[in-house]
Amino acid sequence: MPDTLLFAMEATLNGLTAGVMYALVALGFVLIFKASGIFNFAQGVMALFAALTLVGLQSGQIPFSHLINAAFGTRVHHFGWNMPTFLAIPATVLVMIGLAVLVERFILKHLVNQEPIILFMATIGLAYFLEGVGDIMWGAEVKALDVGLPKGMSDTVDTLTYNWFGYGFYIDRLELWAAGIAAILVASLTVFSQYTKQGRALRAVADDHQAALSVGISLRFIWVLTWSIAGIVALVAGIMWGSKSGVQFSLSLIALKALPVLILGGFTSIPGAIVGGLIIGVGEKLFDFFMSPIIGGATENWFAYMLALVFLLFRPQGLFGERIIERV
Amino acid sequence: MKMTRLAATLAATMIAAGPALADTLHFPNLSYRTGPFAAGGIAFADGYADYFTLINERDGGIGGVPIRYSECETAYNTERGVECYQSIRNDSPLVLQPLSTGITYQLIPRTMEDGIPMHTMGYGRTSALNGEVFNWTFNYPANYWDGASVIINYLLSENDNSLEGKKIALLYHNSAYGREPIPTLTTLSERYGFELVTIGVDSPGQEQGSQWLQIRRERPDYVVMWGWGVMNPTAIQEAANIRFPMENFIGVWWSGSQQDVRPVGAAAHGYKALAMHGTGTDYPIYEDLRRYVIEPGKFAGTGDEVGSVLYSRGMYAAMLAVEAAKKAQEIHGVAVITPAMMRDGMANLEITEELMAELGLPDFGPAFSVSCQNHGGSGAAMIQQWDANANEWNLITDWIEPDRELIMQMAMEDSLSFATENNMTPACLN
Repeated sequence: MPDTLLFAMEATLNGLTAGVMYALVALGFVLIFKASGIFNFAQGVMALFAALTLVGLQSGQIPFSHLINAAFGTRVHHFGWNMPTFLAIPATVLVMIGLAVLVERFILKHLVNQEPIILFMATIGLAYFLEGVGDIMWGAEVKALDVGLPKGMSDTVDTLTYNWFGYGFYIDRLELWAAGIAAILVASLTVFSQYTKQGRALRAVADDHQAALSVGISLRFIWVLTWSIAGIVALVAGIMWGSKSGVQFSLSLIALKALPVLILGGFTSIPGAIVGGLIIGVGEKLFDFFMSPIIGGATENWFAYMLALVFLLFRPQGLFGERIIERV
Repeated sequence: MKMTRLAATLAATMIAAGPALADTLHFPNLSYRTGPFAAGGIAFADGYADYFTLINERDGGIGGVPIRYSECETAYNTERGVECYQSIRNDSPLVLQPLSTGITYQLIPRTMEDGIPMHTMGYGRTSALNGEVFNWTFNYPANYWDGASVIINYLLSENDNSLEGKKIALLYHNSAYGREPIPTLTTLSERYGFELVTIGVDSPGQEQGSQWLQIRRERPDYVVMWGWGVMNPTAIQEAANIRFPMENFIGVWWSGSQQDVRPVGAAAHGYKALAMHGTGTDYPIYEDLRRYVIEPGKFAGTGDEVGSVLYSRGMYAAMLAVEAAKKAQEIHGVAVITPAMMRDGMANLEITEELMAELGLPDFGPAFSVSCQNHGGSGAAMIQQWDANANEWNLITDWIEPDRELIMQMAMEDSLSFATENNMTPACLN
């Protein structure tokens, strides 16, 4: 088999796993947009905040310690104990649920029936606020995140492909795990929305707010529920991306990777987020493989948007998005 | 009535504050404690601020004149950096630390016009080392081209003085900063017969899958990195993932701090980077810092960056600023100096080994002197290697000199073309 084909196959495989990482971020956007029509600009910062909280809890860091020290002249930083990962993750989930309650109480409740752009602007404010709070709460230094997920080259894939093609493919074990976790996450969300009372209520609100209200579904509860689930998805994305490159403030920029995925897959479709992620992942890796030698690399950031733009021309609602029909 | 009283109080405060502000030496810092690159910016800013605090607390300022230190937050954003400059340019800033190559490029023409000196230590426009064109910009003790040359000289020493047939990949931040070493490395590749492969990474750099697949395919003998922020730990992690030998992976000095290796953990063991100064707290100056700054709680930030690589760099930059101010006071015979006088101090700065020892920083930085023709110092740097087990950087070489003849030649070409574009006649100011 020619080398170029083998390399292209390897790039495709890596594109698929990278696409899952993008889809993890995009899922949070979809959940909130589907249930409330809000494009949550703060989703990336929520992933950062969740990862910061997880690391902070794991390492026994005292929240707001810098502020406490500055105000009271103390020098406290750590509780003196480390929290095991299996406790730190549920504790972080509770924090994210608490955040969802606060978002509903202090932002969404006051903006009922407002234009989508107003709600969008509110989430921009939330993003900046949360970034600042995360900084004051846990500090701005780079933190290593280790939840026990394996990293590095998969020997199994390397050996298998070497036996088949005479060239061992590289694939990061962390990204393979991410693919598995994303599959579990999507399956759990599907089961939740199809087979639980709350899930059905959530779908009812997503379909028609007014009709859902008229049958006694509490919009406020649904919002808290949606933002809580989005917070948990943000935590998963934060863990995967934080394990890759450490937890630091540029983690919030992963949201930028989700936008072309959403344009491609549609803002209202969970399968769309997954498929969109995969298309973007494979597309950018193959484009980089074939075009980098000609145009000098660094194509990943802009190529995803270019691909999304092409899709916009032909299918503005995305691959799986709801078709917009307006009668005049 | 209330308004009248308020106005009177304000006027009185301003009159009272006026002479106090005039009798200080203003050292501003265009810092970034927020944004995606905050982790590096905080450490530098803390070191920069703490040294000035030490001089105020221990020596009562410079030549008896207290230092006034200020920070303006840029978030490592060029537009905000320019806004910061506009806000401080009339407040007698003695020397600017733009802390970003992008901001530096924007401020070079402005500072030339306003007569405000700028110090871009280990970053910025490399050809600013020609002081006949860039009268107000200084980039001592080393610049990017020096860094690239030092890395190649180090690799030559590791390979019996021959890089013939070797392949070196440059993994660079796709920005003005990251692209700086490309001309030098291209010239050096022609001179020494190695193949140079350049691989760009878009900012911020937390997605490098394609780049490392390319490195795996290309099989370079060495990877040289010009990264910043999250790009650094991501690259080191990816190198470990593809099992690239860590001892053949060398970063510039902006890719060689604790923030770059700690998130990777044990896998970062053996990674190398340039060092333009010493690091750690094993220098006599730390006794004074503890006594006058840290223990009384007068430190900047949270105090947990003390001794780190970037804290040391900030402290070193402040030390060079203070020594230049002393030189300016000596040249002009006055204690309260102006930015123009400060420029003279910088242009005549001489750092000797004896002076470094006297300041409590023996062997911390290279000895060098500044002249109109050379605003860039010696350009020497060392190589440090990360020991993940001991959680520390170890210096593994002595000072390595760059190929200054080549760099001066390239700097002359670049600076003279800048002069031509701007209708300038190169000349020394003093």
